[in-house]
Amino acid sequence: MKRLISILITFLFVSQTLSSKVPDAKRIRVLNYDQLEPYLNFRNDTVYLVNFWATWCAPCVAELPAIKAVEKKYSDKKFKVLLVSLDMPGHLKSRLTPFVLSHKITSDVFLLDDPNQNRWIDKVDKAWSGEIPFTLIYGKDFRDSYTQPFDFKTLDSIINRKIKMP
Amino acid sequence: MKRIISVVFILVFAVVAAYSSGYNVGDKASDFKLKNVDGKHISFSNFSDAKGFVVVFTCNGCPYAQAYQDRLIEIDKKYKSKGYPVIAINPNDPALAPDDSYDKMVSVAKKEGFTFPYLIDEKQEVYKNYGATRTPHVYVLQKKGNDFVVQYIGAIDDNHQDAAKVTSPFLANALDALIAGSLPETTTTKAIGCGIKDRNKK
Repeated sequence: MKRLISILITFLFVSQTLSSKVPDAKRIRVLNYDQLEPYLNFRNDTVYLVNFWATWCAPCVAELPAIKAVEKKYSDKKFKVLLVSLDMPGHLKSRLTPFVLSHKITSDVFLLDDPNQNRWIDKVDKAWSGEIPFTLIYGKDFRDSYTQPFDFKTLDSIINRKIKMP
Repeated sequence: MKRIISVVFILVFAVVAAYSSGYNVGDKASDFKLKNVDGKHISFSNFSDAKGFVVVFTCNGCPYAQAYQDRLIEIDKKYKSKGYPVIAINPNDPALAPDDSYDKMVSVAKKEGFTFPYLIDEKQEVYKNYGATRTPHVYVLQKKGNDFVVQYIGAIDDNHQDAAKVTSPFLANALDALIAGSLPETTTTKAIGCGIKDRNKK
């Protein structure tokens, strides 16, 4: 019995160590729009991709692999992905965190909890009517928005071009 | 390089096309004839006493649409008798959104006790005419002679999470203004919703 317990403890310890290699779910910060806004308006040499999504949004989930692949491809470049989840705040622990862990998402993930959407949608992008998925790709000198889900090729060509911009 | 340019061009065009089409406030809305959950086809002409309509593009599967089911029933109950009935339209292609099939619309309408027609936009033409981009997406129309003029476009209210915490009931305010003989103070609003699943733009 003691042996069994020690095996169990070892197992728990090992799995704990292993799981610490996947992103810490506690990193998912819950923000209101004012807290999120700075992340949409950096002015430096990095190209930012900000993707508004939710775990229940099928086309959003379908484009995540393309975003992840592009993030990986340009991991040594000045390129950063931010995932802004519009999941219901009550689903942070029950849905969003397990999703982020099981899909091994390493990007920064925020949960935007700000129900007065009419106040902030225009601030994100005037052309956005509020549908998700929605992606903002911006840098020091440009700001583009996309409402169609990405495939890898399309997204890769966009990021490739933006990163090469002087 | 040429290829990249053409991809970008297509994307930009798609974005521009998505936002330049559809109705603005003040435009005349065209009638439609779509199948209701009871099997009958519904048009504006079915409502001879109506002073206008609350046309709402919505669906079964989208959590934002679900959050507003009860509130739409309340709106319909309150404003139907004042001349503004709700007409709900599901714009999604069921092949892309299996939860939004006609059969499932029938069962949702029954289960939730919809008091309004719930139509399917099988050809996905009506939502494009209106310029809807998400579910839920509301259009308030006011009858003027033989025309139906768009007087409000946008959200139902400003808190999808909790009806008790709504501070601006946009849709009800617009309807109250029209019923009082004036124009809505706020004519367009935005809200997060689920992108419409169109078979031609996956």
